[in-house]
Amino acid sequence: MRPVIFVLAYLIFAPFVGALLDGIDRIISARMQRRKGPSILQPFYDLGKLFSKEMIAVNNVQLLLNLSYLVILMIAGSMLFAGADLLMVLFILSTADMFLIMAASSDSSPYANMGASREMLQMMAYEPLTLLVAVGFYLTTDSFQVSDFITREYSAVIWMPGLLFGFMFTTAIKFRKSPFDLSTSHHAHQEMVKGITTEMSGTTLAIMNIAEYYEMILLLGIFFLFFVNSTWWSWIVAFVICAVIFFMETLWDNVSARVKWKMLLYSCWVVTLVAGGVNILILMLIK
Amino acid sequence: MIPFLIGIPAVFALIFPFVRDQKARGIIVYTGAGVIMLTTVVFIVRWITDGARVLMLYPETELVDHLMSVGDVVLMCLIIYMGVKYRRIVPILLSAAQTVLLLYTEFTTELAERQPHMMVDWFTVLMFIIIAFIGGFICIYTVGYMKGYHSHHEEVQDRQPFFFSMLFLFLAAMFGLVLSQNMIWMYFFWEITSVISFLMIGYTRSEEAVNNSFCALWMNLLGGLGFAVAIAWMAKVNGTVQLLDIVSVGAMLPLICLALAGLTKSAQLPFSTWLLGAMVAPTPSSALLHSATMVKAGVYLLLRISPAFQGNLVGILVSSIGGFTFIMASMMAIAQNDGKKVLAFSTISNLGLIVGCAGIGAEETVWAAVFLMIFHSVSKSMLFQSVGATENTLGSRDIEDMHGLIIRVPKLAYIMGIGIAGMYLAPFGMLISKWVALRAFVDSGNFILVLCIAYGSASTMFYWTKWLAKLLCYHIPREKVKDVTRKDEYVSMIFHAATMLLLCLLLPLVAIWVVNPIVQELFGNAKDVISMSVLTTMAIMLVSIFIVPVVMFFISRRSHRELVPIYMNGINEGDNRFFTNSFGGQEHLYLSNWYLRFEFGRRHLRIPSIIIAAAALVLGFCIVIGGAVV
Amino acid sequence: MNKVSKSPWLLHYDASSCNGCDIEVLDCLTPKYDIERFGIINTGDPFQADILLITGGVNSQTESVVKQLYSQMPEPKVVVAVGICACTGGIFKECYNIKGGIDTVIPVDVYVPGCAARPESIIDGVVKALKVLDEKQAAMKKDGR
Repeated sequence: MRPVIFVLAYLIFAPFVGALLDGIDRIISARMQRRKGPSILQPFYDLGKLFSKEMIAVNNVQLLLNLSYLVILMIAGSMLFAGADLLMVLFILSTADMFLIMAASSDSSPYANMGASREMLQMMAYEPLTLLVAVGFYLTTDSFQVSDFITREYSAVIWMPGLLFGFMFTTAIKFRKSPFDLSTSHHAHQEMVKGITTEMSGTTLAIMNIAEYYEMILLLGIFFLFFVNSTWWSWIVAFVICAVIFFMETLWDNVSARVKWKMLLYSCWVVTLVAGGVNILILMLIK
Repeated sequence: MIPFLIGIPAVFALIFPFVRDQKARGIIVYTGAGVIMLTTVVFIVRWITDGARVLMLYPETELVDHLMSVGDVVLMCLIIYMGVKYRRIVPILLSAAQTVLLLYTEFTTELAERQPHMMVDWFTVLMFIIIAFIGGFICIYTVGYMKGYHSHHEEVQDRQPFFFSMLFLFLAAMFGLVLSQNMIWMYFFWEITSVISFLMIGYTRSEEAVNNSFCALWMNLLGGLGFAVAIAWMAKVNGTVQLLDIVSVGAMLPLICLALAGLTKSAQLPFSTWLLGAMVAPTPSSALLHSATMVKAGVYLLLRISPAFQGNLVGILVSSIGGFTFIMASMMAIAQNDGKKVLAFSTISNLGLIVGCAGIGAEETVWAAVFLMIFHSVSKSMLFQSVGATENTLGSRDIEDMHGLIIRVPKLAYIMGIGIAGMYLAPFGMLISKWVALRAFVDSGNFILVLCIAYGSASTMFYWTKWLAKLLCYHIPREKVKDVTRKDEYVSMIFHAATMLLLCLLLPLVAIWVVNPIVQELFGNAKDVISMSVLTTMAIMLVSIFIVPVVMFFISRRSHRELVPIYMNGINEGDNRFFTNSFGGQEHLYLSNWYLRFEFGRRHLRIPSIIIAAAALVLGFCIVIGGAVV
Repeated sequence: MNKVSKSPWLLHYDASSCNGCDIEVLDCLTPKYDIERFGIINTGDPFQADILLITGGVNSQTESVVKQLYSQMPEPKVVVAVGICACTGGIFKECYNIKGGIDTVIPVDVYVPGCAARPESIIDGVVKALKVLDEKQAAMKKDGR
């Protein structure tokens, strides 16, 4: 019964929570820059507006691919919240991303194509670490099942601090935060317009945004798994720490500039190797 | 039944030199392929109805043994002749050394009497299916392909009878290879495949082709030498040349020699150069020999002896080289824009993963390896065929030229797309095998391989995705192209595509009926590698991934929308193909993929990776030989 | 809730301005003026924009560009001409290559005068444009689109 509730809660509330977090993020960013910033509900207004706009498109498949991106992300998230196999969740997550890339490159738009290429590079940069995170959970809990992670006596983070650090480092890519927001970012005026979303407008863009909210909650869910254990208070602790992590991503977004792709790839791979790899090695030796 | 399996393709091979008529040849090929498939099906059905027991066959084979010795000598003479003709000394030396060593062993050593020479078990049967069906359909494809090939490669001399002969002879040799239990027999078929591969690479007789074919030849002969040494050692020391005894005896020297043979055949680092060079051959031979079957012979051998690898030095060596090849080849594939080169690198890289699995030698890894082998054979042969057909149609196999293939030649683009998706996307088979492999690597405590698979799958994703994205780009073509792909080519490609999709849908059944028995026979015990629940989840996933886009298609079609030009800073001219340049003139829009040539190019990665792998191999040999001598 | 005026996104195009007005437009994004408090984002992408903000008069080179950008924006959309050049052609009006103000090419909804237009007046103009935007949205709904 519990998985069903979790999945339903995820499917229904994730976009709202995600949009709310986005609103909070925008206010915090604004305050960090000594601005007032928009209303906390701004993401909802944006979504409402996008849905009300006239439908224009550059081709007939973009909407379909974006919808597939959304639905497959929802499947991935549901699997995570149902307590299924973490590795599978990650694989499906990358399949979902593939649909986004296809959507962006479905027309020969130069900016969208550049964005899509960069998105591929970003996937290449973060993918090793996500796999290692799954391996780390497997080594600590002898299972890839998410449902087994949350019933352990101790939180997984005790065994895998390096992986947590690495995951925080690479998640900036998935949150589309500076310095790793190469393919597109929430900020205006970039060297390649809106990158991967350049050709998306109105409903298509709104769908993409909602999908990103689902993805955000999914990733925070994985962070959650690092801290949660069989005790009830660990859930509260995990919530708080997830909030802190989210704040730190926002902070990092505001204090750093976008890097070049080489820096992105090399830094992510090195962090993966040093933080993630060493962590895994130690786990393998002591377990 | 078994002599038919080997004999029928061999007989067909003998017919072709006498058939000069295009049409008659086509009919003979269709019949040949059909008969081979039919024989295989009949054989398998009979074997299964007989209880699917492991069969040990032919203990008495005096005459055939001698014939094979003659065959070995003939092959040696052929190689020497070619070596002298083209002034290459290395192949002559290698070939002479191994043949002499083998003949000397055969005539001076007393072997145990009445040992079986051939064996049929589930693994053999699986290989039968791969060889007969994938091979058969590739033969059918070849008929149409070669017509197109010669119509736009006029500089190449038309030697089709020879080509078909080799193709069918190769099928016969492959049947023999996977049946053999006696290593001397296996060695004979092994050498035939090496020589056929050599002859096929040299098909065009251009300078490049000749150079590459000799490169392939000497590397494969080096492996053959390893094979011969293993046979000689086993015969002298243990008095047996049975493949099964390699596992039960578990001596290190023959093991590493056979590993060398397997590594060269499956083009692992440091021997991967030959497979890249082999891409000059006409596409059917790349599809059949260099991705679907012959290179699988290498991993087939390694998988057969993989129980012996568990936890020893040779196993660690093999699995490390496999893992290393997996990651390096996938990185080098990023920098390639030639479709066949990408496929070649991807083949090397996937074989690396299979070799890595075999080197660990645990039940799960072998399970994953067999799975990888099935899926890789199907989707890679499909990809090669579609690239070949595209080359005939567009006159180029450059991935850059495949921009918007979905508009220009939709059928080929769909087939290629399915092949690419099959290679790396969830929930297709390759990914499931990766999932199992990753878990098995962790279980076996092999840290390096875990890292290899993590990084390697990331770079694999990169090069496939950009290819797929290139295919699906909507772009009004500059000039219309006429799809010159012939019906028989489509028959073969559609068969492959259908098989691919069916394999995915029937994944749990394949796991239970085919892969589990193989693992059970190799290890003597079976355990369920993937639980049923995971497999069911996979099936559900699979269905949803197919269904979601379709449903979305209907949903999105209902919405009304207005089509506008793409965003090019407002300077598009007319349609989306042109923009205004700074002189006010029309400029054609050209989009290129991203190749990271300076970072992942072959010229940076090739030499270091070869050196590292070669060093590891030499080190392994030193230790093993030292251990054997002392 | 889905009022377009709550989240107007901008596309800024310089048709042939001396850059004076452009600097002032960018000024609006700075912490001092902070137009994001209205939910305004400077997108740079016509597909996602609701307000086309143009500086400078239209010349023969930029004419087609302005038209195309306008056509790529989804309804409802408004155009704000910022600076005197964009309104009428300004001091360049009689130049051989200048067509005149933006309204010679596409319909303009709000005119913001000034040389260069001050950030306050730009913001004022944009906020006025929001009302027009709402009206257009309402009209669109009435049409049943």
